[in-house]
Amino acid sequence: MNNTVTQETTTPTVEKREQRTQNRGWLQPQVNIVETKDGYALEAEMPGVSKEGLEVLLEANELTIIGRRNLPVKGVQPLYRESYDRDFRRSFELDPAIDTKKITARIENGVLTLELPKAEEIKPRKITVE
Amino acid sequence: MKLARFTRPDAWSWSGFDQLSTLRNEINRLFEGSDGNSTDAFNSWAPAMDLYEENDKLTLTVEVPGLKKEDIEISLHENTITISGERRNEKKYGEADVSREERFFGRFTRSLVLPKPVNPEGVKARCQDGLLIVTLPKSEEAKPRQIEIQPS
Repeated sequence: MNNTVTQETTTPTVEKREQRTQNRGWLQPQVNIVETKDGYALEAEMPGVSKEGLEVLLEANELTIIGRRNLPVKGVQPLYRESYDRDFRRSFELDPAIDTKKITARIENGVLTLELPKAEEIKPRKITVE
Repeated sequence: MKLARFTRPDAWSWSGFDQLSTLRNEINRLFEGSDGNSTDAFNSWAPAMDLYEENDKLTLTVEVPGLKKEDIEISLHENTITISGERRNEKKYGEADVSREERFFGRFTRSLVLPKPVNPEGVKARCQDGLLIVTLPKSEEAKPRQIEIQPS
């Protein structure tokens, strides 16, 4: 049985709802999201994840980021561990103003940066009077 | 030296609970830094560290996503390793509304007393996908040795 956590926010944001499936043992990466008039930028922290371990999925209006960690030391149990031995996963419901065909993703130093531009028609523009 | 690793700030942004802020001060006092300055346990960044031991070496990994090697300093004194650095919040977006800000920024310092003696000459460190990986070869006495049984 899935446990979904619904978060309502008063200001329109990229994610209106985030899902967490308790049974699968994923860790939600920390994110920073900023909104400009041209679009959104999302930064997610996924230490240990390289381009090969990264998946960005888009299904209807929902964006999911999955990061599989690349363990630096294999086959040995740590003496002392503070990190979570889990892969990263987080889902976002997208603002309909985003042009999903123009979403770009790149990962560097364990930080995923997504650029989500808003569709051209949504931006305020002047209408010239004949 | 941080005794506990801090995780999320939003759990503690309560308002109007005076008793709770006294509790918070009490807990902060427990986490006072060894140099006498009070380090607020709920507002600073302590990246996660893992320590692995193998026959010939110790490996320390620190989660520092977004940092480059220029931002990090490592020092080894006797058997204590100290890692410190700073993550700057680069304002790259100009005029923007922040919808969500969960990432930490600022300085951090972590220290760890190593459980086995290491050879400082052979210590190597590298940054990989936001993880700082420090390999510390054990000094000769610390390596496990086979003991032969003498024929009687």
